Amino acid sequence: MGKRVSLFVTCMVDQLFPKVGMAMADVLERLGYRVDFPEEQTCCGQPAYNSGYHAEARIVARHFLKTFEASEAIVVPSGSCTAMVTHHFKDLFTKEPETLALVHAMEKKVHEFATFLTDVAGVEDVGARMDDVVTFHDGCHALRELGIQSAPRRLLARVKGLELREMVPSEECCGFGGTFAVKFAELSGAMARTKIDAIVGTGANTVVSLDPSCLMQIQGALSRAGLHVRTMHLAEVLASR
Amino acid sequence: MSVEFDRKIHDTLADANLQLAVYTATGRLKDKRIQVTAAGVLPDYQELRTQANAIKKHVIDNLDHYLEEFERNVESHGGKVVYCKDATDVSDFVLDLAKRRGSRLIVKSKSMTTEEVDLNERLAHHGLESVETDLGEYILQLAHERPYHIVAPALHKTRYDVADLFTKELGVARETVPEKLTLIARGVLREKFLKADIGISGANFLIADSGAVAIIENEGNVRLTTSAPKIHIAVAGIEKVIPRAQDLAVFLKLLARSATGQLVSVYTSFLAGPRRAGEVDGPEEFYVVLLDNGRTKLLPDRSKRESLYCIRCGACLNACPVYRKIGGHSFPWVYSGPIGAIITPQFMGVSHEPGLPFASSLCGACGEVCPVKIDIPKILLELRGDVRKSEAREGLNRIEKLAFRIFAWVMTHPRIYEMAGRMAASIAPTGDGKWIRSVPAPMSVGPLKAWLSERDMPPLPPKSFREMWRNR
Repeated sequence: MGKRVSLFVTCMVDQLFPKVGMAMADVLERLGYRVDFPEEQTCCGQPAYNSGYHAEARIVARHFLKTFEASEAIVVPSGSCTAMVTHHFKDLFTKEPETLALVHAMEKKVHEFATFLTDVAGVEDVGARMDDVVTFHDGCHALRELGIQSAPRRLLARVKGLELREMVPSEECCGFGGTFAVKFAELSGAMARTKIDAIVGTGANTVVSLDPSCLMQIQGALSRAGLHVRTMHLAEVLASR
Repeated sequence: MSVEFDRKIHDTLADANLQLAVYTATGRLKDKRIQVTAAGVLPDYQELRTQANAIKKHVIDNLDHYLEEFERNVESHGGKVVYCKDATDVSDFVLDLAKRRGSRLIVKSKSMTTEEVDLNERLAHHGLESVETDLGEYILQLAHERPYHIVAPALHKTRYDVADLFTKELGVARETVPEKLTLIARGVLREKFLKADIGISGANFLIADSGAVAIIENEGNVRLTTSAPKIHIAVAGIEKVIPRAQDLAVFLKLLARSATGQLVSVYTSFLAGPRRAGEVDGPEEFYVVLLDNGRTKLLPDRSKRESLYCIRCGACLNACPVYRKIGGHSFPWVYSGPIGAIITPQFMGVSHEPGLPFASSLCGACGEVCPVKIDIPKILLELRGDVRKSEAREGLNRIEKLAFRIFAWVMTHPRIYEMAGRMAASIAPTGDGKWIRSVPAPMSVGPLKAWLSERDMPPLPPKSFREMWRNR
């Protein structure tokens, strides 16, 4: 029997993109992990934190800490939600040393999906096949807070039949930004259209990312513009055979 | 968010020419910065950033000590340091000096600090002519506009805009070649330099151990401003002090690279006091105005006071996908872009424009390029919290507050969370599995309406992940 991992699928994948969570579980099980899903899980609290409601974010963060206390390793299909736990929880509990100790223990256990594969499982070839031309969108929090750049590209390079074409620039924000997307909708939409120009410029059929939220923004704008480019989470690509 | 902020953002986004001008100009600056900070060109770039941050941290933690040292050393060279609390203090000082010396004409080099205190307007109000001599600033003075960008003030103006402006304001024949436009401005400004009684400059660094002011520039107008008139006044924020001249080895490598992508700026001037016996040039009187204007309010907050490390390079503006869309004039104060978004609420109070810290996707590009490593995204998050606290005190924004209290309650009750999700899925349009362009009118409100104003929404899946997981 392989090692245990817990899924934190994020509220967005749970409610809107369940296939991403299933694909992630598939890939992990194929690599021999025993996957569980702690049923008490909901959200990491980022929407409240980014909107300035720190007390409410703390309540949700405490729930997360309790839910995953017993897990040995937690895998997350989102750079942004991972970074909330590993980089921002500590700022919420600066005045609570006991909770802060729990946070620091949790930071070591929580892994973004792509880097879990490359750095923890030590795998680059997961045996996937997808005949397609794809481009990769760097989610801002994965790239700048977690420093993830090469891991997803190394994984994509080992997918049989797949051609990766880099967009220029790949690192510019898609304009999602959580509640920013609706508080500053017009601005967020303008940023998305700039992103789409870069995507279309590659001639790729598919945009891949580590973050369902970026993909929702990008797919929403692509669809509105009547463009036939699809979006896929990296887990869905790696689950293809 | 104020109606005015919203309207300015909308107007800028709707102006296709402006969008192109700003996106192109910032893109050029952004790319040049990347080239000259690349590992092959500047291998110790990250190390320099760490050092710059450490020096600035040390200065801001010991600001009183270094300001006193700077003052002692300026005065030992025969100069004078004037502490000013606010805008009125600065203009009162200049007006009083001008009155005592019988001065009529002032030449100015580029200074965000004097923009911050509306110095030109205040001087003009008392009959003093104050002429901007940086080409970009001169263009904006003719156009009666504020700087669009910390470093490139007229970044939003095309050569055709400038041609029209010069024809209208200076009565010259229309000329659209940039070099010829520059010569027209130069002709006007040379006369002003020769006749001016006072030169006012900013300052990039106040060097404590040598009592000198360091200013970097490309046009040579700073040299003329600070040496041709009989009186030179340098106006600087108190945070501009650095301990030692040798610290410039760090900052000068970072500033021009971060600002304009140059390895070094065309001119770097060190000004230490008035002309001494035997010297052939330099002013007869030398003053350094040290401005507070809200800066000391930041000092008690150990985290947010790193906002004072800023060396005004403007790199965060060029890197910012928001600035590149909404431009400089959408911002509520003279400082725009990410740095403006963190210092404006702290200098002016969070209610000056409560929407400002929220006008960011928190992408982090600003923090990544900041040469002194200010954690701008983190400070934005803290300021968002400050806005909510201020709203709670004044009883504002109660509905959103309630919504987030409900959010926290739902997210700590997994059964309720699941039920709420399934209820939403049961009433949402399915779109036959396709992305959805619109929803029935009664549902098209609030965040959903805002989302659909720009993008399609995903169809809600028949089963949530947890249902699929249970059934597998």
